[in-house]
This record gives sequence, C-alpha cells and structure tokens, in this order.
Amino acid sequence: MVTLHHYLFLSALLFGVGIVGVMVRRNLIVILMSLELMLNAVNLTFVAFSRYLGSIEGQIFVLFIMVVAASEVAVGLAIAVAIYRQKGTVDVNEINLMKW
Amino acid sequence: METLLFYVLGVVTLASALFVVFLRRPLHNVLFMILAMISLAGLFVMLHAEFLAMVQLVVYAGAVMVLFLFVIMLLNLEALPMPALNGRAARWWVGALLALTMVVVLGPLLRGVFMASPKPIAGMTPPMTNTDIIAKELFTTYLLPFEIASVLLLAAIVGAVVLGRRRQEKTTKD
Repeated sequence: MVTLHHYLFLSALLFGVGIVGVMVRRNLIVILMSLELMLNAVNLTFVAFSRYLGSIEGQIFVLFIMVVAASEVAVGLAIAVAIYRQKGTVDVNEINLMKW
Repeated sequence: METLLFYVLGVVTLASALFVVFLRRPLHNVLFMILAMISLAGLFVMLHAEFLAMVQLVVYAGAVMVLFLFVIMLLNLEALPMPALNGRAARWWVGALLALTMVVVLGPLLRGVFMASPKPIAGMTPPMTNTDIIAKELFTTYLLPFEIASVLLLAAIVGAVVLGRRRQEKTTKD
C-alpha cells in the first residue's frame, strides 16, 4: 500500500540530493542540472498531494513550475555560454570578479 | 504490484539523481538526468497524472535535457564519441536501421488506426480524463496565470537570445 508519505519521503530525498549537487559541484552546467532536480522533486510533491487530497490544483501548479523551470534553464544556459566565452571556463570558483 | 512498481521507479530515480550529482563527466550527468526525468514521468502516471507525465517527457526529457546536451557540445566540454562511419553505404545502413526501429516501435500504434473503432453511444458522455480536468481548470479559473506564463516564456526567449549573442566590437562613443 503506497501512502502519501512514501512519495513525500522520495521527493524529500531527491530535493536533498539536488541541494548537495548545487553546493558541492563546481561545474556550472551540473549546478543547473541539480537545480532542475530540486524543481522536479517539488513537482513530485505537488502531484502526490494533488492525488491524495483530491484536488487538481496541485497539477496546475506543476504545469506552471515546468514553464518557469524551462525558461530559467534557457536563460541560465545562455548565461553559462556567455561566461564561457568571456572566461574560457565554467568553473564557478573562477567567476569571482564581484568577490570582495 | 503497485508497491513494487513504486519502489522500482523510486530506486531508479534516486540512483539516477545520485549519478547526476556525483559523476565527473558532464555527458554522463546529462544522460542520467534524462533517466531520472523518465522515471519521474512513470511516477506521475502512477499518481494518475497522465497529462503531466507526457508534458514531463516532452518538455523536460525532450527539450530541457537536449538543451543541456547542446550547450555541453557547444562549449566543447565533452566530445560525443562517434563511431567512424566512412562512405555513403555506411550512412544508408544506419538510416535503414533507424527507420526499421521506428516501424517496430510504432507498429502497434498503427494497428489501432486500421481497426474499427466503436461508435460513441448518443447521450452517454465519456468519463473525464486527467487532461479534461486540467484543461477545464486551466482555461477558466487559472486563465490569468496561463497568459502571464506565456509572456514569461516570451521574456525568457528574448533574454536567452540576447545573452547568447556574440559580442560586437565595441565602438567608443562621444
């Protein structure tokens, strides 16, 4: 019997893995992918709640999350390409012009 | 059965997520991310959100991850290992093999087209599918966020094009 808690636990684990990826990795592309992983974990939470509480609003919100995530990935990757053209690397430790 | 399916999909998603974060080569990360997206779509189908599962496959696994692959190839962070295919005969063979794969995969779908479909009984409405329910809410109650989402997409397109442009030679002004 799969309850709501199973899905919530799984999406919490996915979210945690995404956070670890954003913090640990230095490659900008992999950081963006871990960000997408976090957004997908939240999508899973919303859809699970939509199913177990009987309301469709969770799935509508997931649609909007997907829209926002897709546009954010497009802009983020354009920034990554611009950074690569400027500095020759996508290592985030090298992008330190604004560091004090 | 449902519990087994949930555990299988959950383990595949979690393992793919761990591989995404902890593998060294960006190409491997993207491929495991695609696997994570597909198994998440499977979890959505288990939660009776079929429309969202298909949107997840098309948008995330089909567009966003391909965009990641494009950028990785563009920045030459990783070269895709291609087998050495010389000559036109090799290309013909690859094309024929791919076409055969498509026919084999899509064949069962085509069979449904040619079978006689039952006529709908007058006066009996079919049960609402997940797509129907989402459409009914999206275009009535949530119409304003829907329109704002399309403006957001336009802004993202313009932003991505502007940010991805090559810099022109700067001319000194006044």
